[in-house]
Amino acid sequence: MATMTVSVNGETVVVPPGSTVAQLLVQLGLGGKTVAVERNRAIVPRAQHATAELQANDQLEVVTFVGGG
Amino acid sequence: MTDTWTLAGRQWKSRIIVGTGKYANNAETTAALDASGAEIVTVALRRVDLKSGAPTVLDAIDRKRYVLLPNTAGCYTADEAIRTLHLARELGMDELVKLEVIGDPKTLFPDNTATVEAATRLVKEGFKVLPYCSDDLITCKRLADAGCLAVMPLAAPIGSGLGIRNPHNIRLIIDNVNVPVIVDAGVGTASDAAIAMELGCTAVLMNTGIAGAQKPVLMAEAMRLAVDGGRKAFLAGRMPRRDYANASSPTAGLIE
Repeated sequence: MATMTVSVNGETVVVPPGSTVAQLLVQLGLGGKTVAVERNRAIVPRAQHATAELQANDQLEVVTFVGGG
Repeated sequence: MTDTWTLAGRQWKSRIIVGTGKYANNAETTAALDASGAEIVTVALRRVDLKSGAPTVLDAIDRKRYVLLPNTAGCYTADEAIRTLHLARELGMDELVKLEVIGDPKTLFPDNTATVEAATRLVKEGFKVLPYCSDDLITCKRLADAGCLAVMPLAAPIGSGLGIRNPHNIRLIIDNVNVPVIVDAGVGTASDAAIAMELGCTAVLMNTGIAGAQKPVLMAEAMRLAVDGGRKAFLAGRMPRRDYANASSPTAGLIE
């Protein structure tokens, strides 16, 4: 089966071609979690996670809130 | 006596804003927030740890009880801070943001020029901005003019616990800026918080002063009481200082 790679938070992740942002989050164990996604420096709004298809070599940032002052 | 303050069109009872960093675990975070009496709590934004399924700080914060105040800690440019707050907005924050643009890693002193630039852009985008800044009146005036809802001058370097290093500057800011003044950073113990409030600050923001104590939950309560005590002392108006004694007991009627 063909695969492609994307970068998530600086780590290489292998995904099936045609994966969406929502499918990537499920693959990472983040389905349903409070996260925000940036792809190639542009935010992918939550409402578009299910339709936004990943392209090979996309650079993704997946962030959340952590404790801080 | 009802003594509230207004920010972003809302009345607040609590005058302490607390951070959520550096606690031993989520249970301690939850207990400290409760003991502090805070209504607003700060959070930071970071990459998700892809290898860890550990609970997140959001599990420790009752969103019905506390308003989230996302910060831009670790940002060294206006662009980085704005990018961070765009992501915070996407995460579903409340409407307030704590802007900090750091200028130096050793002191964590703010880059005031970049902070004013970032604040100006964020206000235009509709953010409700609370900026961390130096205890400098002119910077505070520029931030207020830019449309910030409050100014948050430091008392001392972040996490230093050195207390109010320059109470005179804080008082000048309070007297000359037309938005609430919230001392942010450097409060190390209860008396520091009381001094900030006695100077006339509207509120105090702290994290390490509580989380870094031997017993954080007890210190959170101490800070709540100190802020309350300092505020009441400010409203009461302290007695004038004098150089020599002034007897409290009558000088007449002494036995001979």
